[in-house]
Amino acid sequence: MNAELLTPELFLIGNITLFMLAIFLGFELITKVPATLHTPLMSGANAISGISIIGALLGANVAYDGGATAVSGILAFVAVVLAMINVVGGFAVTNRMLNMIAGKKRGGA
Amino acid sequence: MEDWISLGYLLSAALFIFGLKKLGHPRTAPFGNQLGALGMLVAVVTTILQMGLGDGIEWVLIGSGLVIGSLIGLWMAVRVEMTGMPELVALFNGFGGAASALVALSEIWRFVEQPADVPDQQLELTVIMVAAGLSALVGWMTLTGSILAMFKLKGGVSIFGKWVKTPTWGPVWLNPLKIMMIIGVAVLIYLSIDEPTNTDYLWGIIGISAVLGIVLVLPIGGADMPVVVSLLNSLSGIAAAFTGFIIGNSVLIVAGSLVGASGLILTFIMCKAMNRTLPDVLFKSFGGSGEKESLTRTKVGSDPDEVAMMIDGAQKVIIVPGYGMAVSQCQHQVKEFADLIAEKYDTDVKYAIHPVAGRMPGHMNVLLAEANVPYEQLIEMDEINPEFPDCDVALIIGANDTTNPAARSGEGPLAGMPIIDADAARTVVIIKRSLSVGYAGVDNDLFYMDKTMMLFGDGKAMMTGLNNAIKES
Repeated sequence: MNAELLTPELFLIGNITLFMLAIFLGFELITKVPATLHTPLMSGANAISGISIIGALLGANVAYDGGATAVSGILAFVAVVLAMINVVGGFAVTNRMLNMIAGKKRGGA
Repeated sequence: MEDWISLGYLLSAALFIFGLKKLGHPRTAPFGNQLGALGMLVAVVTTILQMGLGDGIEWVLIGSGLVIGSLIGLWMAVRVEMTGMPELVALFNGFGGAASALVALSEIWRFVEQPADVPDQQLELTVIMVAAGLSALVGWMTLTGSILAMFKLKGGVSIFGKWVKTPTWGPVWLNPLKIMMIIGVAVLIYLSIDEPTNTDYLWGIIGISAVLGIVLVLPIGGADMPVVVSLLNSLSGIAAAFTGFIIGNSVLIVAGSLVGASGLILTFIMCKAMNRTLPDVLFKSFGGSGEKESLTRTKVGSDPDEVAMMIDGAQKVIIVPGYGMAVSQCQHQVKEFADLIAEKYDTDVKYAIHPVAGRMPGHMNVLLAEANVPYEQLIEMDEINPEFPDCDVALIIGANDTTNPAARSGEGPLAGMPIIDADAARTVVIIKRSLSVGYAGVDNDLFYMDKTMMLFGDGKAMMTGLNNAIKES
């Protein structure tokens, strides 16, 4: 997936393909969820949407490498902090919720 | 990009997929969450390794950003009261949307200050500007909408020590306005393709999107807020996917669209459980502003498949039969249920017999004996009550007053009546035809507890459905 080796058209089509397939997969992934799991599932999915941390890191790197300006550097830094709050807080709070729901029930086995 | 980077992202995407799948089932949910976290770790480590270990100031800044964000997130997650969970999820969600939008803004700002960086390729430029515009629309909307949703879940906001209730306001003319705002953003995005460095368009998109988040959530009542948070969660996933298009990163596109799609499905599931449709929730302003107790309460109904999933792996199940079991004559189905889970999950099954369950003392004993339930499993109220805190699922079949916590309050018609402590069980499943009051005419708080699942229907039909669901699982 090298943007420099592929033509922009091919690169875009590849990305749109990924997007479409992931959307279909996402629709199929969740079917029946008991009401008690609605909140944890939402919270866990929300933590995954913090994946924009990757974009923030890459953006910050470009900025600090001198490839960009101070303003975009600051924006990227704030993005890193916010995304990290979403990721770490999201997974931690989901874990807490699930422990509470599961109680002393038998573990994953 | 080297091969191992793509492989790292592929591994992380696979972990997200398995994690989401496992999160949907009670027994595997904690593991699913850990898989998701592991996937995120893989993605972050892959990215950091890819950036190459220079020894400039950027490492200090990036590292401190990571550490600060992690500490704040962890602190908030550990500190929050269990009752405040939904608010916190809403807030985290807003941060996620904002992060995506900020990344997009940071890319575009580079063009503004260094016009030489603007791609010459028309297609590349169009993709970047459209994706950045959409990421901004969804991201800023998610931020403002989530923050408002958080305050609505709390019921109000404290301004200088004064408690102000969050308003619920949504005249009908607001709906066409929302659509016009979305069209406005689309026009601005179109214009920005020709003039990527024009900051007026940029601020216009950000401003309209932020206001849109507010007007979208403002008309929605407190009771529907979880549906809205779920929808905003789906949107923040989409924002991440659009950001992935800007920077041409596969893991952002995959994970973002996964969350977008599965979040949307979850939103529909939640709507369906509340007997609402999504357009109803979004465009019809009702549901009150979370006024406590004064409104008629509602409770999400479950179906036998969900209950079967909760019972899967339960170590201890206590069945609380009541008049409803007698009316529907479903004692044979109840016995079949007990045998099924004892055989399939090695569950310890007991029956809690309230002295006045049914319409006469011993009513339940008679019915259950008829179905050949072993006598040792029928436990009297005083003996069984201490066992409920260790009980995974309390299955209440057509019993109401005998489980009503209102009896403990010392007020009303039920005052002082000894009750079965079913509310102490980890999960309570109630089979009942409706939420209507029992014999004593007192509303039952047990129905509205978060850990309570209601199976609305006839006892015999529901028990048969439950047994079939367990056989199939």
